[in-house]
Amino acid sequence: MSDQGIVQAGWAAPNAPAPSTPRKVPNRGGEMNPSADRIKARYPAAFVRAEVVWGETTVFLRPENVFEVIQYLHDDPNELYDYLSDVTAVEYRDLEQPLEVVWHVRSIPWRAFLRVKAQIPKDKPLRVKSVWPIYKGADWLERECYDMFGIEFEGHPDLRRILMWEQYKEGYPLRKDFPLRGRFSRAEQLRQALAANPEARYSMEELAIADAFEDLPADMRKRLLGGEETGE
Amino acid sequence: MGLAARPDTKVVTYAPEEQEGWVTTRLDFLVNWARAGSLWPMPFGTACCAIEFMATAASRFDLSRFGMERMSFSPRQADVLICAGRVPFKLAPVIRRIWQQMPQPKWCISMGACASSGGMFDNYAVVQGIDTIIPVDVYVPGCPPRPEGLIYGIMMLQKKVMNERSSDQTIRTELEPDPSSKLYIPPPVIDELSEPFGNSVHQTRSGL
Amino acid sequence: MATKRTVDVSVSTTGLDKQGRPQRVPLVVDESGNVTTMEAPPALEPELEGEHMLINLGPQHPATHGVLRLVLELDGETVVRCIPHVGYLHCGFEKIGEYRQYNQIIPWTDREDYLNSPGNNVAFALGAERLFGIEVPERCKVLRVIAMELSRIISHLVWLGTTCIDIGAFTPFLWSFQERERVYNLLEKWCGARLTTSLTRVGGMMADIPDGWMDELRGFVQTFPKTIAEVDRMITRNGIWVGRTIGIGAMTATEAVNYGLSGPMARASGVAYDVRKDFPYLDYETYDFDVPVGTSGDVYDRYLVRMEELRQSVRILEQASARLPDGPVNIDDPRIILPPKTKATTEMESMIHHFKVVMEGPRPPIGECYVAVESPKGEKGYYMVSDGTSKPVRWRIRPPSYVNLSAIPKMVEGHLLSDVIAINASIDIVMGEIDR
Repeated sequence: MSDQGIVQAGWAAPNAPAPSTPRKVPNRGGEMNPSADRIKARYPAAFVRAEVVWGETTVFLRPENVFEVIQYLHDDPNELYDYLSDVTAVEYRDLEQPLEVVWHVRSIPWRAFLRVKAQIPKDKPLRVKSVWPIYKGADWLERECYDMFGIEFEGHPDLRRILMWEQYKEGYPLRKDFPLRGRFSRAEQLRQALAANPEARYSMEELAIADAFEDLPADMRKRLLGGEETGE
Repeated sequence: MGLAARPDTKVVTYAPEEQEGWVTTRLDFLVNWARAGSLWPMPFGTACCAIEFMATAASRFDLSRFGMERMSFSPRQADVLICAGRVPFKLAPVIRRIWQQMPQPKWCISMGACASSGGMFDNYAVVQGIDTIIPVDVYVPGCPPRPEGLIYGIMMLQKKVMNERSSDQTIRTELEPDPSSKLYIPPPVIDELSEPFGNSVHQTRSGL
Repeated sequence: MATKRTVDVSVSTTGLDKQGRPQRVPLVVDESGNVTTMEAPPALEPELEGEHMLINLGPQHPATHGVLRLVLELDGETVVRCIPHVGYLHCGFEKIGEYRQYNQIIPWTDREDYLNSPGNNVAFALGAERLFGIEVPERCKVLRVIAMELSRIISHLVWLGTTCIDIGAFTPFLWSFQERERVYNLLEKWCGARLTTSLTRVGGMMADIPDGWMDELRGFVQTFPKTIAEVDRMITRNGIWVGRTIGIGAMTATEAVNYGLSGPMARASGVAYDVRKDFPYLDYETYDFDVPVGTSGDVYDRYLVRMEELRQSVRILEQASARLPDGPVNIDDPRIILPPKTKATTEMESMIHHFKVVMEGPRPPIGECYVAVESPKGEKGYYMVSDGTSKPVRWRIRPPSYVNLSAIPKMVEGHLLSDVIAINASIDIVMGEIDR
């Protein structure tokens, strides 16, 4: 991280218009974010298309190139997209349509907003590169995306379930093939939930990131190596 | 009559002019009265209802009028579990553990629609009523209930406490869940209780 | 502009500076731009070096503001590492949103960040209106600004009360809840509910304000600053408060932006990022208000920023109540807005109209939008995708306190166990929003 991340609002170009509430935004078309053209010129292989919907520019990229483009967006002084608003995914009701991973990035210095999308066909493994090395804020957002959609983020330091418990068996809740009330009956769901140990805290996954393993008491180490009972 | 009037002991005669300040009563009444007037709540606040619970405890509604201002955040020193808010499945073992840690006699108030029945969260994540996990004494409806509603529920619980008999041992016995399924009520009953009803049946369609 | 910045860390007993704030000892940034946010803990004596200890805080703990669970690795009393566990209040909001029409989702927005219900209602309505391509009348815009600022006040008041309890002061809790009850009275007169307001509809408001409501709002606006001043007098220079907050949990501006912090958390670190100023909505650019910005990003600065935001909200409320125009609150579009209740129960045509709108639901064109507002916790975004049906394909909530909380392992590192409580309180977490 360099000093350019430190920002003040209103650092935009001196003759830039003052921000104002958007009015009469058209459904399609309108002014496109100039970053889209710069991405197209710089990364022609990664660029798929760009569109403006309700005044917001969306850039479609190939999934394997998203990381380098976002790195460029973050670092280049003309772009300076230093703030990651959101990482999420969209699955459409039409099962033919590919699943989309969506990044919302903001440039606080330039007061710009850009949506980056990558379409992953359903027959391919749901895998993209994590943007965690660029934005530390992506940590939990990507974990949630993995938890809810099953998208794997390569390079994420600690990719495991975050909202559902780790032994959750029913699948990825926000996928369209997941029923609203879950796959199992209520009694079965309750039985599985109650079988979990509420204090199962020293899981190996936790310690893999904790690397405090060597500092633990010997008996605890032994217990962990033997596999602690964490319920279902 | 005096307090202890057994034939083998000396009968205490009631002579108000000699011994001022005597009251005769049933022991049950005295114990229940003392207990009902100083219930220590264990606030298990999860969501919106916890904010209304805080409002009930704060200056305007002042829960200490009912002897409940001593919030016991440790279950081992508590009498009443007030479950304020929705309980997802991930939280189910936690509330079960807390309930089992509370000493007898103990009561439970289920505050709000979500805790009582799952409320508007009829989906994969939320327990459809905490009575499928722990026994509940008083259900307070509302989403969230107003502080007056919670206070009414507390007064109903106090009435219940006042009617208990020390000879009745059922209030002292810990309910043991079924060892294999760890549930208090049989699974078919839980499925039946959690069945969607009314308009919510029509709202399971996505799209259109 | 980007400059070398200093971070103040330790409390000095030398008294107050010119602004009346306790003086701090600054640490200068080194050549590579790294800032030592805390003095290095004194080296342990060899014989005192002991085993590390794992402590489980939560999910049921009064200081975790809900059902957050932190697993802390302690060296003595110093936190070496913190592993947060969330999800204990995951209720599947986003899944349920795919099964409900746009107007039916509004009750869920109440319950997701339940300290800020009116603000969420407005934010959702703004997003849905962008998706429908409609614009609300002027009166509705001003009423929405009033709702947003009132909800900012009640949210910050809960933060103030609970944080004071966590750090050891009980009185401000009672004071702030007394003020909250006054706001509750206002909201109750407007919409009938205290907490879960469901104040907006797509294309307007659930109801216009009742007669005489503006006068009561002005009464509140005039007397509320007195309470802020009382709390300010009691806490801001209080020795215990200062000692427990200054230099605790500091984040530099670079870190704050990189970790995605927003709202008072980012502003306390010196990032003057406020959605109301930078990406305005509801004509916020026409209101005159200031964005408070801290310097050192510690718990104390977060407290100062939030206190100042309360005063700025009062300023905005004053301006909004002065400019409230007459006119309709709903747009004039029978495909979206329901007929009046009196008509729907007496006229056949209106009843059929009512039935059609409720059962079929208004349908936006195919499209998507991300609408962000400045909630009391930070940048709150609703990302909605429509495929032309009456129910969204995806309703995504961008939860500010979720992202803010994800920085807690960074913030608590090297602090004492008791400071974890203060840091956790300063994030202003709402588990309903974090877990959704």
